[in-house]
Amino acid sequence: MKVVTVQNISRNFGKVEALKDISFDANEGEIFGIIGPDGAGKTTLFRILTTLLLADSGKATVDGFDVIKDYKQIRNRIGYMPGRFSLYQDLTVEENLKVFATVFNTTIEKNYDLIKDIYQQIEPFKTRRAGALSGGMKQKLALCCALIHKPSVLFLDEPTTGVDPISRKDLWDMLIRLKKQKITILVSTPYMDEASLCDRIALIQDGRFLKIDTPAAMTREFDKILWSVQSDTMSKLLADLRRHKKVKTCFAFGETHHITLEDSTLTPGEMKNYLTGLGHTGIEISPIAASVEDCFMDLSGNQTEK
Amino acid sequence: MQQLIAFIRKEFYHIFRDRLTTAILLLLPIMMLILVGYAITTEVRNTGIAVYDPSNDIATQAIINKLEASGYFGVTRYLSSPDEIEHVFREGKTGLAVVFSERFYENLMHTGEAQVQLLADGADPNHAITVTNYATTIIASYQQDLLKTSVSGIPYQISPEVKLLYNPEMKGAYNFVPGVMGMILMLICAMMTSVSIAREKELGTMELLLVSPMKPIYIILSKVVPYFFLSIINLTTILLLSVYLLKVPIAGSLFWLIILALLFIFVSLALGLLISSMVEKQLVALLISGMALMMPVVFLSGMLFPVENMPWLLRMISEIIPAKWFIMGVRKIMIKGLTYSSITKELLILGSMAVVLIVVSLKKFKIRLE
Repeated sequence: MKVVTVQNISRNFGKVEALKDISFDANEGEIFGIIGPDGAGKTTLFRILTTLLLADSGKATVDGFDVIKDYKQIRNRIGYMPGRFSLYQDLTVEENLKVFATVFNTTIEKNYDLIKDIYQQIEPFKTRRAGALSGGMKQKLALCCALIHKPSVLFLDEPTTGVDPISRKDLWDMLIRLKKQKITILVSTPYMDEASLCDRIALIQDGRFLKIDTPAAMTREFDKILWSVQSDTMSKLLADLRRHKKVKTCFAFGETHHITLEDSTLTPGEMKNYLTGLGHTGIEISPIAASVEDCFMDLSGNQTEK
Repeated sequence: MQQLIAFIRKEFYHIFRDRLTTAILLLLPIMMLILVGYAITTEVRNTGIAVYDPSNDIATQAIINKLEASGYFGVTRYLSSPDEIEHVFREGKTGLAVVFSERFYENLMHTGEAQVQLLADGADPNHAITVTNYATTIIASYQQDLLKTSVSGIPYQISPEVKLLYNPEMKGAYNFVPGVMGMILMLICAMMTSVSIAREKELGTMELLLVSPMKPIYIILSKVVPYFFLSIINLTTILLLSVYLLKVPIAGSLFWLIILALLFIFVSLALGLLISSMVEKQLVALLISGMALMMPVVFLSGMLFPVENMPWLLRMISEIIPAKWFIMGVRKIMIKGLTYSSITKELLILGSMAVVLIVVSLKKFKIRLE
């Protein structure tokens, strides 16, 4: 069943085109990830779907309701966690949760089961003011507040930004548990490594969806030869690789550089010779399978430095 | 309903946890009234007076004696012409000039009426007001004496004509209490309401409230109710202080004074809501309510400067300032002791302002982010 449908949504802010002709569907009990860098249009899309903004053109429904006409029904049945921490900083953890339970005409007790796993982690601090919580705690509390009324669709705008790795894992574990309760989850993130945790992902850049697929299919369909290259002088290496005629693209990926080849006849040995000739030491070259980030870089067609 | 109550409670948490702001809100009226109170209880003992007395008869002598006997005044100069007055004031030793009309006693006896002019140095209006008030009272008491000893039954009438040089508008000391009341209530209601809604927008919580079944009217009411209560506390402090500390009695009906004040509070709250529907940031809300509301209240409501002498454009603007009508009403009820029928106009104007502002701000309440 399609819980969220989006057809040809566009939205401009003055001259800036924030969203261009976006279309996709999300199914019941699915984690749909919207992956892209800051400023790609993720927040605008979320705000249109949560009835906070109007699209310039296109149609969208959430849980069967039109985002414009039936905004009141939608507001009753969705949970929304904005990208910026948006709880009352001067209220305690418990008071915040209570306020949001009351806003949705429910009580903490009624839906405690749903939030129990994650709320237990912040319960020891329930008399602490929300403003004094750590980044991870804040996001856990925000998730609790978004879930307290048992929404059928959950919109999470960059829930893991500014969160430590352990809390990030806690949050994702929680999302995977929620999925089992038939809650549809739309989540946006700038972290490509979180993409594999989603059922399906859409890659977004400059207001356009580059591709929608499952993470596995997306990496499987990557049809270029991909190597990871390392040497002792990484910044020089990046420039030297880009200068090589048979290298199509080259991007820095943390510890290593990933390159795709223009010409599949090139062998790692030839490349190693080329680099040694340029004075590189400690060279390691290995063919690798594509990650979501490789797909993104490839699809975005961005030849300049990342 | 439960939503509303929970939200009002939440709003009180915000207020009381921000101790500094709460303290300022509650202490501000006290501080302002005390400041004003000290400003107006200027000591006027031994004020030098200059006298121009072309009549020099029993009546004028008696009045001068009475003025000196009061202990407030001492004659420093007898003038030979009214033209000297300005010069005398420039010397700075004289606080009041008393100018009797010619044939003072004769006029008083035959026509039952005589004029005396009181001129004060308006450069220090508070002092000038007090001085002229004292002198007027003393002259009035002489008139009383005359009436008592009168055998002919003529209602003698000495009309003191008070003039403030350099500041021709007479400013009664009592004017400050209605003015401060208008200012404080406007400040707290409009500024705090608009800032607290702007804060929800700025911190992003408004975004969450919008994406919820919470009715806009509840959001608005939850903001209005706590500040309504705070304003009532302030109203009580102001009235108590002005009656017991500043000795400004409530001459008229307390009931109608409160009705008038509640109506004004309501108008101010509605103004705050209107401002908040137009701004996104606390600072902007603060500036708008500070500049666009406080400035006109201070300058155009007749609290400090007489509106009557202003250019017609400013007079027109002053007509739409709620505080002006409130201050006028308070003067009538509290100071002059008039009945409620005298403030019907003020009540009607404030009432219609309240209705219009509430309707407009409800209409303007954004159900989305834009």
